[in-house]
Amino acid sequence: MSEVLIVLIKIICALVWLLALTLYLTWVERKESAVIQDRIGANRADILGIRIIGLFQPIADAIKFVFKEDFTPRFSKKYLHTLAPFISFFFVAVTISAIPFGDVLRIGGREIKLLILDFNVGLLFVLAMLSLGIYGIILGGWASNNRYTLLGGMRGAAQLVSYEVALGLSLVGLIMVYPSLNLSSIVHAQGELLFGWLPKWGVFLQPLGCLIFFFAALAETKRVPFDLPEGENEIVGFFTEYSGLKWGLFMMTDFMEVLIISTLLITLFFGGWQVPWMSADGFHFPWGAQVLLPHGIVVLFQVLAFNLKVFFFCWLQILIRWTYPRFRYDQVMDLGWKLLIPLSLANIIGTGIIMSI
Amino acid sequence: MIKALGYFIEIIRGSIITTRHFVVNMFFHILKVLRIKTKKKGAVTIQYPEQKREIASRHRSLHRLMTREDGKPRCVACMLCATVCPSECIYIEAGEDPDPEIQKYPAKFIIDLSRCCFCGFCVEACPEDAIRMDTENIEFAEYSRQELIYDLDKLLG
Repeated sequence: MSEVLIVLIKIICALVWLLALTLYLTWVERKESAVIQDRIGANRADILGIRIIGLFQPIADAIKFVFKEDFTPRFSKKYLHTLAPFISFFFVAVTISAIPFGDVLRIGGREIKLLILDFNVGLLFVLAMLSLGIYGIILGGWASNNRYTLLGGMRGAAQLVSYEVALGLSLVGLIMVYPSLNLSSIVHAQGELLFGWLPKWGVFLQPLGCLIFFFAALAETKRVPFDLPEGENEIVGFFTEYSGLKWGLFMMTDFMEVLIISTLLITLFFGGWQVPWMSADGFHFPWGAQVLLPHGIVVLFQVLAFNLKVFFFCWLQILIRWTYPRFRYDQVMDLGWKLLIPLSLANIIGTGIIMSI
Repeated sequence: MIKALGYFIEIIRGSIITTRHFVVNMFFHILKVLRIKTKKKGAVTIQYPEQKREIASRHRSLHRLMTREDGKPRCVACMLCATVCPSECIYIEAGEDPDPEIQKYPAKFIIDLSRCCFCGFCVEACPEDAIRMDTENIEFAEYSRQELIYDLDKLLG
């Protein structure tokens, strides 16, 4: 009974974390873009005259979405049209279950792993779920029964399928280095030290793989440098026929993908919840100093480190989105098939050669 | 290959520019939160309803009709402004003034602001300096078009 309760609490915590951060990522995006462009950004939403630098903006947006008309065109396939945003949302949200937020937490003689599902194919599960998210886009584009949405959906499918290959291949080298598909054991392996001082993070062992993964993952989020499914200036995109909360769900999915990509990137390449030179009983610095910490503080540090890393990569992705203009369709395909996939294959071969020496 | 490297360098340079903007602006925003006064600001935004921009002296704002010393309009209903108006938004009906020096006065002087394009030709055409656009009032939006038709009373007042 208590096992079920613990799992339930873990699920609720992870979902609240994910949804709250997704909601506030919309605010962060608006504010960060404003700061980059010397503006102030959304700061008008207030409750009883109190406006804390616009922190109530996401709530105001959510309320607006709820009260907007939920319009389904007469010519659309109603069932699939309604189903599409939910599919898109679900398959992105479900990936959070395999991502470790921290190491084990010991309370009252019970060991609680700070992740929902600890299974051997965690990495494959996450990749599979991210790929299944495409169905939401294709369905949304097709069921709307509008030429432009169909075009957007097909473009999205083409882009995601081609980048899925690079995404998967870039991780092969990583799986060779840490011979595991289990995300928590990959993170554990990153706690060791290289040459006695460098944390054994994926980015130091697989710099090329990390770069390819980051590019392919950026393409997966379908945001501006790679926003082919949307393409605001050519076709409006697969969600043209959506309005109200269903459109909001598509938008939430977009931001949630940014968050999931950040968590995945740090879990695989930046040590997940690992703090450099910190093991289960405190800091052990390479120059010999030691700071021993109680168990609770260590777990707190781990969760904090995880969150900080996630925030940094969310910031980086938003910076990229507000820096670069969008690629043309053929440029995106060129980059995917002609550059990233050969590079990731070379990465696999190089990793194999270095490991065999 | 060298061309691709050039692109790559440009991509890095672009992100350095945006990062610099972010860091510098964020620094000034944080200083503002800490209530440290600085000459430079984190944003160039003028927050409109509370802060207003100074209007230049030559700015063409809402029209007004000038009056003589006795309070009557200076306008002599010569129709030059109505003739020159490119959007044909001025309508004047002349009346006869008992004073032989003046002869004509505007019985009706209507400007349809929903059509006005604020070119200022009427001000330049006027031989009597009777119409000016220097009220510095730029906030006269209304909910209906009818309220944007300004008559003599509104223009004098």
